[in-house]
Amino acid sequence: MSVRTLPLVFINLGGEMLYILDQRLQALNTSEDNSEKGVWSEHDRKRVLNDIVGAMFSKDFMDELLKPQQLYSHRTLKTVLTRLAHASIMRLNQASMDKLYELMVMAFKYQVFLCPRPKDLLLITYNHIDTIREFVRHTPVVVNQVDETHRKIIEIYSSLAEGDFQLLRQTLLIFFQDMHIRVSLFLKNKVQNPNGRFALSPSGPVPHGIDVPGLIRMFDRKGREVRRGEFPTGGSYTSPIRQGCFALHGNRVITLGMNMYTENHPEETHTSKAPSKDDAPNLLAKEELNLLARLMGSMKAEDMPETETGFRINLFTSDQEEEDAGASGGAEQCLFGVINIQAMQDEQAATQLARIAGQFAEGGEMPEELSSSKGDDLLAMMDEL
Amino acid sequence: MYHKEKSIQIKNSASALYNNLCALRIAPRRLTYFTVVHANVVNMVSASWDGLNYSHRQLQSKEPNVATSTSLIMQAAFCSLPSRDLLVVTSQKGIQVYESDGSIMVYWHALDIPETQTGKVASKLDFPCRFLSLGISTGAILVFDVPSKGSNITLSDVLEGHKESITDMASECCGGEVCIADLVSADDGGNLCVWKSGEEFKLLNHIPGFDISCSSVKLWKGTVVAGYGTGQIRLYEAVTGILHAEVNAHARWIYSLDIAPYSGLLLSAAEDSLVRVWHLTMTPESQSVEIAHLHNECVTDTQICGAKFCDADGYAFAVTGYDLSEIIRYTQS
Repeated sequence: MSVRTLPLVFINLGGEMLYILDQRLQALNTSEDNSEKGVWSEHDRKRVLNDIVGAMFSKDFMDELLKPQQLYSHRTLKTVLTRLAHASIMRLNQASMDKLYELMVMAFKYQVFLCPRPKDLLLITYNHIDTIREFVRHTPVVVNQVDETHRKIIEIYSSLAEGDFQLLRQTLLIFFQDMHIRVSLFLKNKVQNPNGRFALSPSGPVPHGIDVPGLIRMFDRKGREVRRGEFPTGGSYTSPIRQGCFALHGNRVITLGMNMYTENHPEETHTSKAPSKDDAPNLLAKEELNLLARLMGSMKAEDMPETETGFRINLFTSDQEEEDAGASGGAEQCLFGVINIQAMQDEQAATQLARIAGQFAEGGEMPEELSSSKGDDLLAMMDEL
Repeated sequence: MYHKEKSIQIKNSASALYNNLCALRIAPRRLTYFTVVHANVVNMVSASWDGLNYSHRQLQSKEPNVATSTSLIMQAAFCSLPSRDLLVVTSQKGIQVYESDGSIMVYWHALDIPETQTGKVASKLDFPCRFLSLGISTGAILVFDVPSKGSNITLSDVLEGHKESITDMASECCGGEVCIADLVSADDGGNLCVWKSGEEFKLLNHIPGFDISCSSVKLWKGTVVAGYGTGQIRLYEAVTGILHAEVNAHARWIYSLDIAPYSGLLLSAAEDSLVRVWHLTMTPESQSVEIAHLHNECVTDTQICGAKFCDADGYAFAVTGYDLSEIIRYTQS
């Protein structure tokens, strides 16, 4: 299958992660259940986003991704994305990272599934890059990194044929196969059905370069058209809209890959809608955004050195789990133990990438007041993988 | 014209691969075998005609000499040679040939082109009368000679007609009649090559494409039926390359075509969730082929990846879709 999937996977999944984090961190400012320790200022939020984007679009990291290689497993991907998410002062524990990953993956699956033409995967990626650029627009150094990466992507992917993009898309679809986690935002917007599948309607504009179905043309042996006929299509298709722009800046036209979360009022995501009642208790039904909102609002600080100003976020869904996690060091150790066993094959690649990503959490662009001891135990554990 | 029957549940969902459904009718035992590919596993179902018995089997693509992960399967297809039926499974690393019920592996061939060189390996195959041909991502077609018994399958020829990755191949076994062309191959650029099989394969014609992938191709009575990424179906006269008809059939990429040879029914299925049934008629006076639309079926919210007639008359057909763990069946009313 395709060996060109990784850069697009990271940019799109990373982009979704940033959208969610941005929206949640903003929501915390206006939410009512702010604890005194848990106030995220505008400055904090911008810094978190800058740090993560800086780590993700670093030259070393991107060069590693751009080498032709097979797609990683979910476990390895999650490990590296966790490392990226921890490139700043914010810490998410394993449970919330799992839920964040599910949200990210379902959003990307939706975009790949509905992508009009295989080549439009690039436009979806560029939508993510455009919004990321907006997030970090006040930090020229990071904007440059984003632009540099964008140029490399354009250079490498512009020469791929449509068939190569379809193979890339098929590789991604195999990667997302059988994932039907319900996302409250998608259910609300009716892009996802209660059974977890995305809505695909035989109507609307056809993709650019495709003709509206319905016409049969017959030719004689000299190539002249001798007859035309029409047939009922069973759908209601219309002419294509104009093609999106594939350059560094421009109107992408398609909306897949844009930030869906900005349209949401934070209050709406806070209300827990009752999930639709199924005959059998559906373990896949989750109100992820609501959950994440509640969980990120309650943060526990551990024993940290005085210079430590980072926030460690302890996220659990029930009292029982909170108790279990009380011995936090132990629980996390054992979680990482599990990951260790299952990350065998991609270990080398993951270690390499994690090492590169880790460079940004340990020093580099971090402001002086944050000591590198914050989250050290976490990073050290990751290094053991 | 057709109505939906009870679906067959399969153990895994179907992957988004072209032509991801194969059917083999075993008349003496009143059974039909179906194969559907899921990542690195082939799901086989043997369904009795009375609808009462189903048995399942799973095959995994194994590399005999490699300890790492099993690789993804590109296609699992039945080959009906005059004397025997075989199941051929192609993966990134090579091909494996099994007895038609998947019980015993008869032969394997490793592709020695390293993946990094070609960037990807896609294998598609089809089977003119004694030969098994396998198209790969370099554009080459490997031809294997298959004996009527035993496992002494040998690589007999390598055909160079394409520069781009082979996407699909089709053959026509003319039986007693003399066929001019009996094999057609299609590639990612939409180019078609028409061959005559034999001790030495001969390239009869090359029909150029328009840079649009041809994802599915069929050969019927000397006519090439090709489905493209633009959702178009085109009918060409194989030997001359004359275009008989062009249909704006689907709003998305076509994933599968099939023909019921006795009746001339054509099935087309695409990512737009629609399956369409057409009728092909030869008109000897004008020496051309005509196509007429008969029927549509919509599989709600599903990108279809495989569609096959279950018999040579087109009385019934079956459909698979991405992420769907069932084979949906339709029968004529």
